[in-house]
Parts: sequence; structure tokens; C-alpha cells
Amino acid sequence: MTQATEVLLPTSADEAVALFGDGSGVTIVAGGTIVLPEITHGRIAPTRALMLSGAGLDTLDAGGSTVTIGAALPVARLAELAQDVEALAQCALGVADYEIRRQGTVGGNVCAGAGRDAPRGDLQGPLLALDASARSIGPDGETTEPVADFLGHRAGRLLLDLSFEKPAASAFAAIEYPHTHEYTVLAVTGVRTAGGEVRLAATGLADHGTRLPSAEAAAGDPDAAGAAAVADVKLGDDALASAWYRERTLPVLVRRVLSKLEEAR
Amino acid sequence: MKLTVNGRPREIEGAPLTTLLHVLREELGVTSPKAGCEQGGCGACTVLVDGEPQRACLTPVGAIDGSEVTTVEGLGAPESLSALQQAFTHHYAAQCGFCTSGMLMAAEAYIARGGTDDREAIQEALAGHVCRCTGYVKIIDAVAAAARGDAFDLTVTAAGTAMTNLGGVS
Repeated sequence: MTQATEVLLPTSADEAVALFGDGSGVTIVAGGTIVLPEITHGRIAPTRALMLSGAGLDTLDAGGSTVTIGAALPVARLAELAQDVEALAQCALGVADYEIRRQGTVGGNVCAGAGRDAPRGDLQGPLLALDASARSIGPDGETTEPVADFLGHRAGRLLLDLSFEKPAASAFAAIEYPHTHEYTVLAVTGVRTAGGEVRLAATGLADHGTRLPSAEAAAGDPDAAGAAAVADVKLGDDALASAWYRERTLPVLVRRVLSKLEEAR
Repeated sequence: MKLTVNGRPREIEGAPLTTLLHVLREELGVTSPKAGCEQGGCGACTVLVDGEPQRACLTPVGAIDGSEVTTVEGLGAPESLSALQQAFTHHYAAQCGFCTSGMLMAAEAYIARGGTDDREAIQEALAGHVCRCTGYVKIIDAVAAAARGDAFDLTVTAAGTAMTNLGGVS
């Protein structure tokens, strides 16, 4: 099967963009942790595969007040942000295992569609709460937009990087993973900006993560915020948990995150 | 494409999207990495790529062109087992043996990066490796012993019984 695949191996970001073109018929292979099993088990048969391993998109720039993360940065390297963005580093350390975190990429994690058994994209929550900008290319050319908008039409686009302002504080709370290789059952991230704004987002939800605007509006009262959060999400039943369980756990996680943010003052 | 496999330079004929696991087992005849789940979940195919553990089943060979790959065949030989292999033998850390190759490679890297005999840290380092015999306690015992640099008398087991059948199948 792979013999018939045209494999594109760009050696720079510009070359990757040029080879991606309008994205038509292109399968992106970054870390390979999601795509390779699909090929091995015959669920997809790429005609053109764009391998990003040598394209130089594995950058991390956190030197100033803005953090910019290249789409092909291995998830494990987010641990380097533990001082600046604790929630993102903590969330990254919960992804799979030592080996997979070193191989899987931030872009692959963010762009993963919902899995067969459960939602994926654990990193979406922290990036939504950080109000990250996503720079990507697609049929309409290059676009930089809020990651919340990007998630809505990410299929068929090549993510280049994500950037956000360093927050004053961040916090992460998740239901314990049932197994190393499970995705998040439910997780909440909270961010307090330098200007004092509190943003909240959840993952472990249908299709992709989401901001929690009702909970944000009530952030001064953790109990009210937790209760309000339920109205912000679409909960589903899957192999990891029921909607019933998630609905009862979400307020707990929101309260924990707000409590941690308060402690960080 | 070129790889150095267990110290030996090899020309690779497989297409760039072929998994490293397939190249090792089918093209090069290196069979210690096991084809278990072939979706990254069991750890049995783990090898070292430039010294770090990596799932061979998830790695397109085109992504590691020029790299150095180490498998169990590169650790030791039956008559001269590596310290970690001796620890696994002494502590009876292999039952059916299917997970052992991946466990060894992950543990080898864990110790090489300064890992200690802290059981929780070992569990974290081996978290992606499934032993369906559920023999985790002895595996962790073995890795802890190797991390400490214990010396092993391979004529007896850790339980004090005589070691028979070392290094072979009868």
C-alpha cells in the first residue's frame, strides 16, 4: 500500500507549505503516532503523504512575553513551559507515555479528530484557555485565527504554529486517566491573564474542546461557575465515561481550577 | 535511505512510509522488536533511535533516515548478557517474553538518562509497556536492581533457587 504512496519530504517550512498546496489529497504525517496505525491497519491509504519530520516546524520560542509553538514540536517539549504556563506543561505530561510524548506532535494532538471510542486532542483545552492564535494554510491560503475558530475547520488544513501571551497564572485539573494510553475523560484548564481576565476551557467533549463562557462570567464564585459550566458543553457517552458522569464531574473540575488560580495569586 | 542498526550500516529499500518495525523484521531480519498491537499501545516493538526509546510500529522509516537504531540484538549476546539483561534473568522478569524486548529497551534508556531504583519513576518510564502475563513486579525489581548497579550471580535466582535453562529454551 505504501509503495503506491507519493511521499513528500520537505526540508523547510516554506517547502512544506508549497508541497501542501491547497491540501487536496494530502495526508499529513508529523509524529506518525495517529496516522501510521491507520495505514498499517488498512483504514486509510494515502496517495500523497507530506512528512513533516524534516521541515523545521518543531520550534519552541518562549523567550519573550509571547510563546510560539511550531506545529511539529513533540508534545514532550511542552514540559519546558512548566514555569511560564504550568497548565499546558501539566496537560502535556498526561498525554500517553514517555515514548509517545517524544514522538507525537502538538499539531497532531490539536488537529486529531474525535477518535472511534472517545474525544481526543487533550492539548486543545489549555490552548483554548490561553486564547492561542493558530497559523495555518488551506485552500484559501494562510490564515491566523483564534484556535477556537481553527478547531471548527481544521480538517484539510496544515497547521504551522500556535502562539499566545504568557498568562499571569494557569491551572489544570483532569479526571484521572484510566490507563496511560487513554485520552482525557474530562479536563478543565483555567488561565488568568495579566489584565485579570479569567478564561476557562474543557476537553473530553464531543468532537473538540470548548471555552466555558458561562463559567467564565461567574468565575468570582466557584460554585456558581461550576454549575454554569454544564450549559457550555455538549456531553456525550463513550467508552471512557457517560455524559451523566461527565455532567457531575465538570463542576468539580471547574471549582478545582478556580481554586488553584486563586492560590496562585 | 540509510540506518545504522546495532552498529552495522544498512541500506534500506522500503518506502519512506514503511514502519521501522516492518523494515527491521521483514527487510533486515531483526526480530527482537515484536509486532503486538501495531498501534503504539503495547510497547513490544520499542527500539532505541539515536539512544531514545521509540515505537518502531509508529515510526515511518523515512523520518529517521541516517539514524542509529538499537534493538535487543545490540545489547548483549546469550554468552555475554548486558547488565540489564542479567537483571531480568536473575529476577525472573520475563514470563512469556513477548513484552521483554520493549521493556528492555525502555529500561535501558531510562537507566542511561540517569534513572534510579525509584519504583514510581520506573513505573512512569515503563508506563507505555503492557505485560499481559502481569509480571510487572519482577520487571520493576529487575530495572531497579540494574539501576543500582547490582552484581548478579546467574547460577541462582533472586529467590535463591538454582537457575537452570539460562539463555535457551528446552
